[in-house]
Amino acid sequence: MTTPRISLLGTSALLFEAPGAFDLPHQRRIWSLAAMASKWQGIREAIPGITNLMLTFETPPRELDTLIAALNDGWDAAEGLAIGGREIRLPVTYGGEIGASLQSVADHCGLSVDDIVSIHAAPLYTVFALGSHPGYCYLGGMDPRITMPRRQTPLQRSAGGSVSIGGSQTGVSASPGPSGWHAIGHTTWTFFDPSRPTPAALAPGDTIRFEIKRVIR
Amino acid sequence: MIEILSVTGPASVQDLGRFDQYRFGVGTSGAMDDVALRVGNIVLGNDENAAGIEIPMTPFKLRFGRDMAFALTGAGVEAEIAGRAIPPWWRLHARAGDILNIKAMSCGARSYLTVSGGIDVPVVLGSRSTQFRGEFGGLHGRPLLPGDSLPCTASTTTIGELGIEPADITLARSNAAADETIVRVVIAGEYDAFDAATQELFWSSSWKITPQSNRYGYRLQGPAVKPKAPIEKRSHGIVPGVIQIPPNGQPIIQMRDAQTSGGYPKIATVIRADLWRVGQARLGGRLRFEQTAYADALAAEDGMSAYLDRLRTNVRLVEEIRTCR
Repeated sequence: MTTPRISLLGTSALLFEAPGAFDLPHQRRIWSLAAMASKWQGIREAIPGITNLMLTFETPPRELDTLIAALNDGWDAAEGLAIGGREIRLPVTYGGEIGASLQSVADHCGLSVDDIVSIHAAPLYTVFALGSHPGYCYLGGMDPRITMPRRQTPLQRSAGGSVSIGGSQTGVSASPGPSGWHAIGHTTWTFFDPSRPTPAALAPGDTIRFEIKRVIR
Repeated sequence: MIEILSVTGPASVQDLGRFDQYRFGVGTSGAMDDVALRVGNIVLGNDENAAGIEIPMTPFKLRFGRDMAFALTGAGVEAEIAGRAIPPWWRLHARAGDILNIKAMSCGARSYLTVSGGIDVPVVLGSRSTQFRGEFGGLHGRPLLPGDSLPCTASTTTIGELGIEPADITLARSNAAADETIVRVVIAGEYDAFDAATQELFWSSSWKITPQSNRYGYRLQGPAVKPKAPIEKRSHGIVPGVIQIPPNGQPIIQMRDAQTSGGYPKIATVIRADLWRVGQARLGGRLRFEQTAYADALAAEDGMSAYLDRLRTNVRLVEEIRTCR
């Protein structure tokens, strides 16, 4: 993919997918484009995903050409927006009942359980985007050696606090719910509080470091 | 005040939804049949976004704590108030102590109870809708239980009984079959990743609605629809109505409590003018998809607006005639 892809989500939203790698420089341009697009007329929200951007409509535009051109121009013009976030440390228990997929991820990747744990806990991850469920953070920076495709059939219920891998991404669920990802561990932390004006604890640009608290083999 | 006496299934307080919190991972929630909720509010002279009770299963019983006007819309139900049978899509007046008993649901999947002034639970992040996963909104962020008391801002004005033209009759599709719900969809990002024969299979199949279908999503069963090659997408925003195809080839329609993002390939999106029809489709029932262009999807929304406009006018006229007498 060398040019952006723009597709419709019915009549209530539109998806812009940036060309290029899943990395921080591209994500910074997405943050910049989101800041721009959130001010456009008729746009309710501009929601960054992983090197992509969803725009939800206040009122669906009658014709889409102007909006599509604005997105393409905006992407070309977007300088990376560097957000200086805060860093949090999250102690993780790898494996066990909640992290029951640790062994199958190891098998899939042809690595040992200890390798998976140390590779997963090594990087400083950046919060690329929020989504999925209240307070959930998509993280960038996972080592591609521990990539594992999403589930054939999503689980109807996965535990809150589970640390999971889905494709080339990782994240920590903020509450129990359905999931198509593979849980390799768990943590306890409050990611979301609806009584706060900004209900999510973390924002794009913040960073997370996982600390190995325990490994249950 | 309203007291819940008995509940079957996850009944909840819902308004039209929470639409501007996606960036925090918060989905819309809101009534699965937003047309029925809107109509229930229009006939009571409420704000159309006032909260009502979504009732997905029967029997369901409640007691009115004081005199108030209310309406029942949505699914076809057998209901009684103070022992007297009332039809669905009906507005009437309850007296303090009256018991409303919704005994059975003969067609449709969700009934809506609206009351004059609305259910007065606190507004959380811009809406009164229950957010099950986040455990907030509605009544304590959870389904209703026997013994629950729901605050109402009911006005004491007495308004007369009124029947309303049901949306499923007025907005019926001319090609609809009795045992199948036809919904219009706009193709989505990965449609072209499916070959022509598979695309045809998607359009021509009559999809069975499995028991694993709820406010989060409708999981369908039919022939496997698989892309030319497996697709792992980077996570991106999705909205209610998006039809994802997980690797097993069985479509999932994202509904009001869906996640706000996902990565499975998307073949199409149910248009807003038809999403309520999915919300009223029953488990074990069948769905068929019909391809629609974006412009026609907008026109379909205009059709829905015309129905609601006519209803607003009629309700106003009825009140004026009453006042003249």
